[in-house]
Amino acid sequence: MSIAQTHDTRSSAGSAVLSGVQKLAKSFAVILTTLLGLLILTFVIGRMVPADPVIAVIGDQADQATYDRVYEQMGLDRPLYEQFATYLGNVARLDFGQSNVTKNAVSSDLARVFPATLELATLATIIGAVFGIPLGIISAVRKGTWVDHIARIVGLLGHSTPIFWLGTIVILIFYAKFGLIPGSGRIDVFNEGLVEGPTHSLLIDAVIAGEWGVFFDVLHHVLAPALILGYAAMAYLSRMSRSFMLEQLRQEYILTAKAKGLGQRAIIWRHAFRNIRVQLLTIVALAYCGLLDGTVLIETVFAWPGLGQYLTSALFFADMNAVLGSVLLIGIISIAINLLSDIVYRFLDPRTR
Amino acid sequence: MLWLSLVGNPLALGGLIVVAVLVVISALAPLLSTHDPIAQDLAFALKPPSLANWFGTDEFGRDVYSRLVYGARTTLYISILVTVIVAPIGFVIGATAGYLGGWVDTILMRITDIFLSFPSLVLALAFSAALGPGIENAVIAIALTVWPPIARLARAETLTFRHADFVVAAELQGAGMGRVLLHHIVPLCAPSIIIRLTLNMSSIILTAAGLGFLGLGAQPPMPEWGAMAASGRQYLLDAWWLTTVPGVAILVVSLAFNLLGDGLRDIMDPRNA
Repeated sequence: MSIAQTHDTRSSAGSAVLSGVQKLAKSFAVILTTLLGLLILTFVIGRMVPADPVIAVIGDQADQATYDRVYEQMGLDRPLYEQFATYLGNVARLDFGQSNVTKNAVSSDLARVFPATLELATLATIIGAVFGIPLGIISAVRKGTWVDHIARIVGLLGHSTPIFWLGTIVILIFYAKFGLIPGSGRIDVFNEGLVEGPTHSLLIDAVIAGEWGVFFDVLHHVLAPALILGYAAMAYLSRMSRSFMLEQLRQEYILTAKAKGLGQRAIIWRHAFRNIRVQLLTIVALAYCGLLDGTVLIETVFAWPGLGQYLTSALFFADMNAVLGSVLLIGIISIAINLLSDIVYRFLDPRTR
Repeated sequence: MLWLSLVGNPLALGGLIVVAVLVVISALAPLLSTHDPIAQDLAFALKPPSLANWFGTDEFGRDVYSRLVYGARTTLYISILVTVIVAPIGFVIGATAGYLGGWVDTILMRITDIFLSFPSLVLALAFSAALGPGIENAVIAIALTVWPPIARLARAETLTFRHADFVVAAELQGAGMGRVLLHHIVPLCAPSIIIRLTLNMSSIILTAAGLGFLGLGAQPPMPEWGAMAASGRQYLLDAWWLTTVPGVAILVVSLAFNLLGDGLRDIMDPRNA
């Protein structure tokens, strides 16, 4: 009997591992198809451009022979599926072509500008989560009171404010009128190049190098754009965490906890909050992806030398290689963030194991 | 019934009033404006707000108030057009996936996920870059980013009714997929899709303004709030009204749609109240 039982549990554990592997393989396949779809999408967008890609390279003064030669060199005479295969091969080698504006390889441009965006978006996500989640939980616990109403209004305002406009107004008031913040850029000119660290995040690199002057200078620069983006993230996170929390507070286990005389603090943080952690993680990941949107606009306003500014200036000069490279990078990051949150989700939530 | 609940929810009612005012302003723009919105008068450039020009004038001497009034048309035009394009497409894709299930469902939802995996403004940027700037292209670009959540919602709603007795009964009487979707599923999905579309209005307006801000939306001299705010940035220090006024307009209208959508959801879908 006991032998049979051990045997039973072992085989069920084995099948659980198997199904875990299957699940992992399945989500891997999903990621791959999404990635392929992303590539098809950027490829199609690149082929939709009304401007002649050959003219963009050689200019409109070149003669017909040059045109034909470049046309062939660019592979435009090949069938579409061959062109797509070439595109896939190039992307796999991280070759997004050359930027017509900077004359660098787009991939090296992206590597240069991306850390600035990553730093800004990460900081904004942290600000949004640190303020948004407690706000949402408090307004769920005090549902219907003035705290709840104020939180709701703050959240709705964050949802409705055009972020580029808010950035402009902040510059007008805090930079132009009071001179409290630097109006543009990531670091003061005289501090530029002082820290060259391993992480390419100026804040972390400055700490590693022990350059506190540089650290506070960078912090001074990043504060306004990060707070504005963080406000947008906070609006979303507080709204979502409020509704998650309300759902938990309606459950019967909360009633049980109250009935056995548990204090409110313990009920909220030890019981209800533990149950929404996983959901919160998912929405923080979503907020992070959403911020990549906001950075495009806010970087333009604050002249932040990141991916968003690179993308918009490329748009301005119809530099399609740079545009598609940036768009693809943003898409891949979004997929990666979602994958990461999915993995942590599985790790944290015992039901999905 | 719906009306009474709306009156009982002052925030939602306020949203509805602002939306109604926006529609009236758009309809009566020629009557409400005090100047020609595109007539330039460089002698009157960058004048501060006054009795003649209520919100001042811009860098070409155009009356900001009149441009604001006509800009309401642009905003409404973009958001309504996007919604009209997106609602049927999203519904058909989502409902077909939910109704048929199997590999059709898998393929359609994979495509939806691919579009969802992009941040919406970035995708709209890429499309408008490829299609070229202009208001029609902006509408197409925004529509391409807005349909996936609608499809998701329509699929989820269809799945809940897929095996309900009334659907099976209709099928037994020989109703085809089109008939079942149109006559039995649409009426049940409509409330939640309408709520979703109302809440979407605000993000459509913000995306359109963002595109306009980057110079990819409506082209000059057409008055568009995002582009107006963008052009005002160069004169920020001398002419604060150029950026402030259109920005406040965008904020108020998108807030109104959010309040209205929130209120509608509270009324029609009490689970989230």
